Amino acid sequence: MPRRKKRKEIFALGNEAVVEGALLAGCSFYGGYPITPSSEIMEIMAARLPMTGDGVFMQMEDEIASMGAIVGASLAGRKVMTATSGPGFSLMQENLGYAIMAEAPLVLVNVMRGGPSTGLPTSPAQADVQQARWGTHGDHPIIVLSASDVQECLDMTITAFNMAEKYRTPVILLLDEVTAHTREKIEVPNEGEFEVFSRTVPSMPPEWYKPYEETVRGVPPMPPLGAGYRFHVTGLTHDRNGFPTQRPEEIVELLERIHRKIDQFFYDIQLVDEVQTTDADVVVIAYGSVARSAELAVHQARLNGVRAGLLKLKTLFPYPRRHTEKILGHARTLVVPEMNMGQMSREVKRVNMGRASVRTINRVDGQIVTPSEILKVIMQG
Amino acid sequence: MNGLTGNDVIHQYLRHNKKFPHVLCPGCGHGIVLGTLIRSIHALSIPKDDIVVVAGIGCSGRLAVYVDFNTVHTTHGRALTFATGIKMANPKLKVIALMGDGDALSIGGNHLIHAARRNIGVTALVLNNSIYGMTGGQSSPATPEGATTMTNPYGQLDKAFDTVELARGAGANYVARGTVFHVKKLEKIMIEALGRPGFSLVEAITPCHTQYGRKNKFKTPVDMYQWLKKSAIDVERYEELADDKREGRLPIGVFFRRDRNGYEERYYAMKEALTGKGAKGGRK
Repeated sequence: MPRRKKRKEIFALGNEAVVEGALLAGCSFYGGYPITPSSEIMEIMAARLPMTGDGVFMQMEDEIASMGAIVGASLAGRKVMTATSGPGFSLMQENLGYAIMAEAPLVLVNVMRGGPSTGLPTSPAQADVQQARWGTHGDHPIIVLSASDVQECLDMTITAFNMAEKYRTPVILLLDEVTAHTREKIEVPNEGEFEVFSRTVPSMPPEWYKPYEETVRGVPPMPPLGAGYRFHVTGLTHDRNGFPTQRPEEIVELLERIHRKIDQFFYDIQLVDEVQTTDADVVVIAYGSVARSAELAVHQARLNGVRAGLLKLKTLFPYPRRHTEKILGHARTLVVPEMNMGQMSREVKRVNMGRASVRTINRVDGQIVTPSEILKVIMQG
Repeated sequence: MNGLTGNDVIHQYLRHNKKFPHVLCPGCGHGIVLGTLIRSIHALSIPKDDIVVVAGIGCSGRLAVYVDFNTVHTTHGRALTFATGIKMANPKLKVIALMGDGDALSIGGNHLIHAARRNIGVTALVLNNSIYGMTGGQSSPATPEGATTMTNPYGQLDKAFDTVELARGAGANYVARGTVFHVKKLEKIMIEALGRPGFSLVEAITPCHTQYGRKNKFKTPVDMYQWLKKSAIDVERYEELADDKREGRLPIGVFFRRDRNGYEERYYAMKEALTGKGAKGGRK
């Protein structure tokens, strides 16, 4: 084995790590609007992108425009990103739906703060989980990822770009204020140590190209605007050529394909970390900064003789059903701690279907869920 | 003009695999604007592959699907935000935003202000028919004072939005107005707008008889074109009129020209200054 080249170590904020990850993944276009607690992502992008290759940074007039600009740039062939927080996330829903319908790859980072409305701008929360799943109108598929520490901010941002490009879809990365504003040492992977995926471009001549063709993977190739493939992109329900349609069979084909292209690759998309789950009677299901509290609580419970484990969700949607099912084979109790009034526990209960007892721990006071709170519930069995 | 005239030119630029007929009503002026746009592009010999038509939502938004360019039919009012992203991502593209009056001035008003402020290299066409046509004839910001609409059955209370003054104040490079009755003049304006750097705005007055005219004392579509003929006046002559003579007149022509660089030019110049490269911009 050749010795691994030493990785660069940096001392970074979660938000800085997101930028590092994005640039490693090939992000060359950022459009955004400032909002706490995500602003560092935008500020660092503003400094870095003009200095890199063909990088473009745009401060837009609002979050609606930010999404419009990045969807436009994505259609023009760029790997694109924006970052925001609660109120901005609400404004982005309109063009997020457009990107899903037009199948434009993009990465949207939402650093969650307390809501509703202006809420708690500088305090952590995880209250946008269901909004990330269902925020834009209409039946739609979506990939939602999460990160629990600074290293994961970098790694999951790369993953988010790869999934966006691979499946021609928007990917939402949900962080919370604690993860985004924690500063810790991380390793920046060297080139070649991580996968970089770019969208498939058509290899056929333009006259054969159908922009929304039915394919086995369900992901049609996508040329940049101006490359000789002159096609129509629309938010209207469209046929394989991209032209608007109201024919029932064409509507169904489109909606089924955009769902299928995500659903059938669940094994690639649903990512989790498991800590001592194999023999666990009590399993904590957590994500984001809460997963760090949960990990400590699980270790302490083991020291106290309780067979506890942690299922850390890195993919929130599509919900990692098969990992949960496996745990339900032996777990008596599932503990779901969250900084909201019970958003992910709905998914857990849906999969659980009454098998194990589901205990929720919910904080909405702008404070983190502590290890001792989780430990207390684990010890109750 | 490659020896082609009239309909031959238009047909060359239409998507024949798109199922016609189109969605527009008899008497609508939108087709005239689209035809004028096609002739202007043809006159400038811009390759089809380099043109991106970005449209909003409404009757005007539907025009994009008929033409054989790169076409993006976006969300209501947001065409200019997509256009900005496309132009910045690839400055070699000729980006044209097609919008209606409700689209550009109401829901998209903020985007229009900021596209003009940045002076982004996009040609914006505002097809002003004074009404929300597709949704059934509700008031738009361009509906004249006193007009009757579905949402102002007792008469519009506010004055129509002055697109020209808005764009002037916000910082656009070029603003002109034409009508679908004065087609030659509109074509001249469009050719100039498409050839200029920075943000150009062309307001095309186009009648909507179905939703506006017949509810506002225009008996036939022809009456609406007669009204355009009678009320339009060259902006130079309009400037010379006494204030009391200006009432009811519609100034057309070029209102102003500026020569500030487009945002994308300034951005890529900054990149070049920072890194010693990058002004080539965009990629194919």
